[in-house]
Amino acid sequence: MIDRRQLLIQGLTTAGLVFLAGCDALSGNARAVRLLERAEAVSRRAQRLLSPRNAMAKEFTAADLSPVFPANGTINPADPAYQVLAEHGFADWALEVGGLVERPQSFSLADLRRLPARTQITRHDCVEGWSAIGQWTGPQLSTVLDVVRPLPRARYVVFFSADPDESGAKYYESLDLEEARHPQTILAYEMNGHALPIPHGAPLRLRVERQLGYKMAKYLMRIELRDSLTPIEGGRGGYWEDQGYEWYAGI
Amino acid sequence: MPDAKPAPDRLYRHTLPVRLAHWINVVCLPILVMSGLQIFNAHPALYWGERSDPDRALLSIDAVGSDDNEPIGLTTVFGRTFDTTGLLGVSTDAEGRVRSRGFPSWATLPGPQWLAMGRRWHFFAAWIFVLNGVLFAIYSLAGRHLWRDLLPSWRELRGLGGSIVDHLRFRHGDDVARYNGLQKIAYLGVIFGLGPLIVWTGLAMSPRMDAAFPWLSDVWGGRQSARTVHFMACVLFIGYVAVHVIMVAATGLWNNLRSMLSGWYRLPPPKSGGTL
Repeated sequence: MIDRRQLLIQGLTTAGLVFLAGCDALSGNARAVRLLERAEAVSRRAQRLLSPRNAMAKEFTAADLSPVFPANGTINPADPAYQVLAEHGFADWALEVGGLVERPQSFSLADLRRLPARTQITRHDCVEGWSAIGQWTGPQLSTVLDVVRPLPRARYVVFFSADPDESGAKYYESLDLEEARHPQTILAYEMNGHALPIPHGAPLRLRVERQLGYKMAKYLMRIELRDSLTPIEGGRGGYWEDQGYEWYAGI
Repeated sequence: MPDAKPAPDRLYRHTLPVRLAHWINVVCLPILVMSGLQIFNAHPALYWGERSDPDRALLSIDAVGSDDNEPIGLTTVFGRTFDTTGLLGVSTDAEGRVRSRGFPSWATLPGPQWLAMGRRWHFFAAWIFVLNGVLFAIYSLAGRHLWRDLLPSWRELRGLGGSIVDHLRFRHGDDVARYNGLQKIAYLGVIFGLGPLIVWTGLAMSPRMDAAFPWLSDVWGGRQSARTVHFMACVLFIGYVAVHVIMVAATGLWNNLRSMLSGWYRLPPPKSGGTL
């Protein structure tokens, strides 16, 4: 009996270790990873089924603002063109909006400030796990889309940032039109009542309040309407998505 | 003398749905715990409320010094700091290299720091865990499992104090055909308490769920509170599994395992000489 018990315990321990080693090995197996990635579509569909399309993210008061709002990722793009724009206080900066639209257009900061603005105090949830509360002001993305008029073929809104570093990496992000037209999806030029600081994405950043922080591209330079994400960079719809993170960042 | 039916020497103790649900959990739980620790390691600190103000952490795990210069791991709980080098903050990875990370590589899935892959494992296993739990709950409620096997009787509830003492002394009654009172409460608590709690607090961290159902996190006082409760529920799960495995081993490991595999539990021989 004792032998059998010891054998069983050893067997279970070995099985456990093999199981864990197996899980680690599977993380490097393309087919296994594709299987794991199926959960993303399940989460996206379930969340969209369960929650109303236009459910609004919680909004807070000035008393709830984070004393220090962490600046994550790039905090000052190395791109020389960006540095020149920053030196001139972004007076020469303009946001190009094009792709599958009827009327491609570029917007200066003054143009954007003339559009009706929305101010919202919201909680920023980083994929790492931390949360911070900030106040953001800027036009709704839907207002800008109404100006340029997306073609019926357009399915995604793609955001291109100033290049973050000399490595040639390009930060970009994308949303589908449902999330892009959500009332709280704004192009923020102000944070906590002041012009958006450089560490937080000056002169303009995206706010998508029902998804994680990495969706909210900073240092916006260009927005394009596209019918597919495949031809862009790694083809998965964003800088972090190309490195294995979920395109649907609602969870 | 008419043929008396011989006393059965085995008992069909676990139905197939119970056994299936059990082993699916056995696979899911380690994946969930270890990928959860991988995710935790991306920001190894816990808070209360909506925000994560660094100066108001309830718990934080830090490393002081660089990886090539004998760093030390410090864990701060409610303002008290402990040197946890080797386990928390600073530990050695599978290749024997010193790493600054919250939980050590042997406790996380994947082993190395890899948040994106940790999330993939976590949500995949979470869906299986949730579906398994929902199907099991329906089976227990609709079938007889809940009413016959899990709900304690008044007699068992009154005898709970004695049952606790017996458990602490590893003295278990002869009535192995059914769960005892304490056992029933532990199973009920995990199935209908801890399980839903960990799923709830997990969902409360999802920005989309939080937008649609703000009460998910409001009940706890905010998203960071929900994250803390999620972590504590995980600790309780680990504690439950530890006690469960010890009890299984202490009350006849092989017999218990066999009954959870095949359903059949071998009964001990009758105590008295019988009725001849």
